[in-house]
Amino acid sequence: MKLNYIKIAVASVMVLMTNACTDKLDLLPTNDITAETVYKTPLGYKQALAKVYSAFALTGNTGGTGSPDIPSQIISDEGNSDFLRLYWNLQELTTDEAAWTWQNDAGVKGLKEMSWSAVNPIINGIYYRAFFQITLCNDFIRQSSDENLSKRGISGTDAENIRKYRAEARFIRAYQYWVLMDLFGNPPFVTENDAIGATLPKQIQRKELFTYIETELKAIENDLLAKGQNEYPRAEKPAAWALLARLYLNAEVYTGTAKYTEAITYCNKIKSASFSLHPNYRELTLADNHLNTTENIFMIAYDATHTQNWGGTTYLTHGPAAVPGDISGTSGNWGGLRHTNNFVDLFSDESGNTDQRAMFYTVGQNRLMADLYTGTDGYSSTKYRNKTRTGAKAPNADPSGNWTDIDFPLFRLGEINLIYAEAVLRGGTGGDLATALTYINQLRTRAYGGKTTGNITASQLTLDFILAERGRELYYEAHRRTDLIRFKKFTTSAYLWVWKGGVANGRAVEDKYNLFPIPSNDLSSNPNLVQNQGY
Amino acid sequence: MRKKLLYYVLIVMSILSNLNANAQDRLIAGKVVDSAESSIPGVSITVKNKKTAAISDAKGEFKIKATTGDILVFSSIGYSKLEVPVSTATTINVVMTINNTALDEVVVVGYGTSRKKDLTGAVTTITAKDFQTGAITTPEQLIAGKVPGVSIISNSGQPGAGSTIRIRGGSSLSASNNPLFVIDGVPLEGEGGISGASNPLSFINPNDIETFTVLKDASAAAIYGTRASNGVIIITTKKGKSGAMRVNFSSTNSTSSITKQVSVLSADEFRAIVNEKGTAAQKMMLGKANTNWQDVIYQTAFMTDNNLSLGGEVAKLPYRISLGFQNQTGVLKTDKLQRTSLSIALNPTFFDNHLKVDISLKGSMQKARFAALGAIGSAISFDPTQPVYATENPERFGGYFEWLDKTSATGLVNLAGRNPLGQLEQRFDESTPQRSIGNIQFDYKFHFLPELRANLNIGYDVSKGAGTVYVSDSAAIGYVAGGVGGTNNTYKQTKQNTLLEFYLNYAKELKAIKSKFDVMAGYSFNNYQTTNYNYASYNAAGVKYPNTDPAFPFDKPENTLISFFGRANYSLNDRYFLTATLRRDGSSRFAPANRWGLFPSIALAWNIKDEAFLAGSKVISALKLRTSYGVTGQQDGIGNYDYYSYFALSAANAAYQFGDTYYQGYRPGGFYSNRKWEETASKNIALDYGFFDNRVKGSIDFYVKNTKDLLNNIPQPAGANFTAFIVANVGSMENKGIEFNIGTQIIRTNNLTWNLDFNATYNKNTITNLTVIPQDKNYPGFPSGGIAGGVGGQFAFINAVGFSRNTFNLYQQVYNEAGKPVEGVFVDQNGDGIINQDDLYKGKSSVPKVFLGLSNSVNYKKWNLGFVMRASFDNYVYNNNFSQSGVLNQILGNNVLYNASSNYLETQFKGNSQQLLSDYYIQNASFLRMDNANLSYDLGKFLKNSNANLRINASVQNVFVITKYKGLDPEVASGIDNNVYPRPRTIALGLNLDF
Repeated sequence: MKLNYIKIAVASVMVLMTNACTDKLDLLPTNDITAETVYKTPLGYKQALAKVYSAFALTGNTGGTGSPDIPSQIISDEGNSDFLRLYWNLQELTTDEAAWTWQNDAGVKGLKEMSWSAVNPIINGIYYRAFFQITLCNDFIRQSSDENLSKRGISGTDAENIRKYRAEARFIRAYQYWVLMDLFGNPPFVTENDAIGATLPKQIQRKELFTYIETELKAIENDLLAKGQNEYPRAEKPAAWALLARLYLNAEVYTGTAKYTEAITYCNKIKSASFSLHPNYRELTLADNHLNTTENIFMIAYDATHTQNWGGTTYLTHGPAAVPGDISGTSGNWGGLRHTNNFVDLFSDESGNTDQRAMFYTVGQNRLMADLYTGTDGYSSTKYRNKTRTGAKAPNADPSGNWTDIDFPLFRLGEINLIYAEAVLRGGTGGDLATALTYINQLRTRAYGGKTTGNITASQLTLDFILAERGRELYYEAHRRTDLIRFKKFTTSAYLWVWKGGVANGRAVEDKYNLFPIPSNDLSSNPNLVQNQGY
Repeated sequence: MRKKLLYYVLIVMSILSNLNANAQDRLIAGKVVDSAESSIPGVSITVKNKKTAAISDAKGEFKIKATTGDILVFSSIGYSKLEVPVSTATTINVVMTINNTALDEVVVVGYGTSRKKDLTGAVTTITAKDFQTGAITTPEQLIAGKVPGVSIISNSGQPGAGSTIRIRGGSSLSASNNPLFVIDGVPLEGEGGISGASNPLSFINPNDIETFTVLKDASAAAIYGTRASNGVIIITTKKGKSGAMRVNFSSTNSTSSITKQVSVLSADEFRAIVNEKGTAAQKMMLGKANTNWQDVIYQTAFMTDNNLSLGGEVAKLPYRISLGFQNQTGVLKTDKLQRTSLSIALNPTFFDNHLKVDISLKGSMQKARFAALGAIGSAISFDPTQPVYATENPERFGGYFEWLDKTSATGLVNLAGRNPLGQLEQRFDESTPQRSIGNIQFDYKFHFLPELRANLNIGYDVSKGAGTVYVSDSAAIGYVAGGVGGTNNTYKQTKQNTLLEFYLNYAKELKAIKSKFDVMAGYSFNNYQTTNYNYASYNAAGVKYPNTDPAFPFDKPENTLISFFGRANYSLNDRYFLTATLRRDGSSRFAPANRWGLFPSIALAWNIKDEAFLAGSKVISALKLRTSYGVTGQQDGIGNYDYYSYFALSAANAAYQFGDTYYQGYRPGGFYSNRKWEETASKNIALDYGFFDNRVKGSIDFYVKNTKDLLNNIPQPAGANFTAFIVANVGSMENKGIEFNIGTQIIRTNNLTWNLDFNATYNKNTITNLTVIPQDKNYPGFPSGGIAGGVGGQFAFINAVGFSRNTFNLYQQVYNEAGKPVEGVFVDQNGDGIINQDDLYKGKSSVPKVFLGLSNSVNYKKWNLGFVMRASFDNYVYNNNFSQSGVLNQILGNNVLYNASSNYLETQFKGNSQQLLSDYYIQNASFLRMDNANLSYDLGKFLKNSNANLRINASVQNVFVITKYKGLDPEVASGIDNNVYPRPRTIALGLNLDF
């Protein structure tokens, strides 16, 4: 009897086993979901778009650090891996505007000295950050094709909205390709037509990339919403125009052919779209600067509660050396950023009493940057303050004082005034000198607190004045390197600032430094790529 | 041997049988010799069923009174017992043979057992009597230095710390090199960490372990398929034994202290440098104290480890119950670990031994407080001129000295190092992890066909890790301007791993054709399920930090492995052996197209000793040739759901504003659908030998392992994937090696025995390919071994084709006439006038080529003296302490002062970040370490009228290290020496009572 039971038991176990068949191997994650689920609903599309945008603002999927977009092999400290901090460092630390005290921080050493190589984590970081966002855009554009929308049964207003998202994704992609064109010249090139994980991207030449960006921006111009029609801070038509204006202003650098007339054309489009300078310069970089709707063209939105990261305006507010927390509206400073004395020289009055854009913090700071890596050498800056116009805390302020709420202007009207004037001076048509002078004096009147005492005359409006005025108006807004290259002053001896080329009084360096090298990482994984000349 | 013995006995008997019987007691004389005809002293000779006894003298001679028809029993330790009937002769000479139980010993192999004699694969078994002794708290340390081909390096000196275990060099480059552990038939999860526990193996009480069996070659391991490439370690725990109840109590109490500190500047040296080279502001920062911060954070640690076990039989139910309690502190202040463990084994048999049931339940609870390990690095770098406790504002920040800044909102200098002791004492990272592993195994021998067995094994491994981290509001490490900062967080994780295995085994001997067959086929189902709970962050007052709510309350990663396996053993004439195994594994971790893998192996062995031409040899007592070939896999290091692209929702604090709403975004993950396991093909050829009645025995193995489809984290072409790096199957690697071991009984007398075991391993690792297009010359290899303290993205190693893994890739330092290194000056390897990455050269490797183990045991009467030594040669370590902090910049280049390595006094380096990449910092880390020395005294039956046995022992762990290495400890598994938790020296006293 007992024996039989055993036989039955053995038999049933064997049956069980054969039934425990191989579909047990099909397991799915608890929380993570696939493309089909994400893109099933209009809300899913919007959340995918949120990632496309937040790739500008954040370092990863967790506030602060914890789930990086860019792997640690590229940049080991996630806090340094957001778009703005990387881009800003390359545009500013390489110039007269800024130096960073902590030379042992990843990639810092070599930037001011203009001796960087193809393994610099900041250079590699921006490269992979730009491509991360481009890859997100490509996928979003693919997922939001009309074919996919109808396949998923999304129609009517929902489909209309998603087409707007798609145009915005194309704008962001064009912007990042502009960044890559400006920094690296000839990057690899992928669009929504290249399948993920299956293509070896081809390299595109700077000239062709210029044409691509230009064509894309013109193609989406009509698909984007008009000024004030979209949710803040999503891209509107003027964002595409502003990028076109900037693109054309630098066209000679990128392609060898000047396009100043086209630059003026797009400045005029913006000018006629009910923009005006925000009356108060100080308020451009405060915690509630999203309110400056007449000046802001395209912003990266930060929020101390919802959009936390260690880069962005958090970096720009904590970064400046020596600035006390009660001035910057944070928990304190990181002892890092200072201006060179050459930059301070741009202001005839450094006190801020006349030209209010001079926001230097000088207590305990030497004016002369005698040493590149000494935190007290060079004036510091209080341009970014995490306080509202009334001096209060922002609505979503971080109680610990780490994160900031200041949004960052990728494009604002002040720059358009300057592009217009420069394009006219450089011979572009469709504009005139009188208007150019007016635009410049508008900026100066605002800088002088509404007084016209700082205004200039037509004869004072020279290209050198424009470069200096761009420095005063747009400093710490990540423009300087591009400007100096356009004025042929970045690598040459035409303008020497302290520590340029790694020597105290500055020196010229090879012209190869007008471009950054393609990361050696990518060269070894993509045989289609050729390194930039000289590296 | 046996034949020979039989022959002697027969001669003696035939002589005796020719004589007349005499029923009277008379004196019988004789001599006891071994097979080499040397006399054996100290043999006990008794007359069966009588009280007469005698002992052989130094010449092996004896005299004893006996009557014809009596039986003389000869016994001596190390020899097989011999019974000789007394006939009418007055002289009885006997030959005793050495106890060859080693060959009859049964060895646990995957899904079954094998006689050691029949083994065809490379299998090493270490039983309890050969374990390392003393204050050992984690199982794997029991066999450190004991097994050729197996390197076991403890990860740190922290209580309960795990070890880095490498069998034959491991098989992977970037994925896992950890062997598979199987405990009483339950395979443990590969990456089996448990939250709140430093080492998942630390839940097993070392005192419960009976044997370790290490499966090294493919023939032995391939039965474990996709998890076998790095070898398999089978742990068998002690079982119930029939007979009267035996109680064993053991207690070990120890004290530990560090033997060496990281060499840093003294307060006076430091002061002198700041005063000479610092700015006015920096000189102002100097304090008046002389603090050795390493003295401040380290302490003498204590441990008590007590174990009680009961074993015996109740109502025909053999059982063993053991209870262990261990309590220890760490040498780093605030480190504590308590472990309570319970183990129950029930081993009944039914139906006339046809059904054997083995039930094994092991449970363990820990209570731990983890010290803030950052304090180790802080103690090395904190300003030695500052006091431990604040003199100014002592009511703030817990009274500890901290760097203060009146202008900052918190009152603290931003981003400055915090007080090392404050970091330890103000952070309460406490956990109470638990784990239980158990199984029930039915082994049924069919009534109608006893050669056929069915075996069913149902097992589980459940664990729970839970803990809290509390940092007070006033602690500088968590201070927030205005107060109510700090931390009061909770974490929790549970694991539920289940196992079902079934196999049928048919064993048959066909005497007619001198053949034995042993065939097994089975099925196994393994499921590994983890639940990770996510919690918001809280401040010290228990108030939630805004927006820290996790996106999901929990996550449940899971994977399943389904396998079919079989093995066939065939032996002819007990001389020729064939083993073939096959396993088919299906893993949920791979896309359906790549899901199933086949892992075969075959092995042949030839017992040469039993051939006619050696049978008569008196010198050679064992000789066996083994060869094997097989394929194994490795699937750890692959995410559970990596084969398709999925989207992860960002956290609430990583959202983006659209209008008035903050949207959490969906991020697509990297995409590599063709990922599969790493595959290793191994060849093994070996010779097992024994001389002089196996007084000298051992084996020598040669092996070659070729791994292909290496899982490497390789860069993706920018723009081609959602992530810039992805784990892909690219590349191949080879491990070649020799393992040798020899065990000798140098002295064997009645009062004195001396055993010496020695093993040596040579392993050479070579990367043979790393690119999709094989041997792509343009691909330089990929870096590993991040160097701390530099500009980031600086690595000490390169993994390049033609070289060993972890080959140093650094600049060659230039030295001045005085022999001092010149900062930032390196050899321009390609002579192009600039020093850049093209001038890095591939040098030594951090992986040892040769390592040795030596175990020594001397028994004199009731005394035993043993020690274990390990040595490693040709391995190098990058001294990151020297490179990171041995520079002036370390002292003066920051917002506050930091102490530097004394190496600064040697080099006077200022702190050029390129300097970190100098080969100056590579140091020879070959070493000889005495792991353990142990002296014990066996009091034996120390009480009248009692069976109680008592043994007492004293031991020292980590007795000494001989090395040229200039850092704290040459054993650095990663090859980059960075603020290691020092391995202390431990002195222990113990007793073992058995009754």
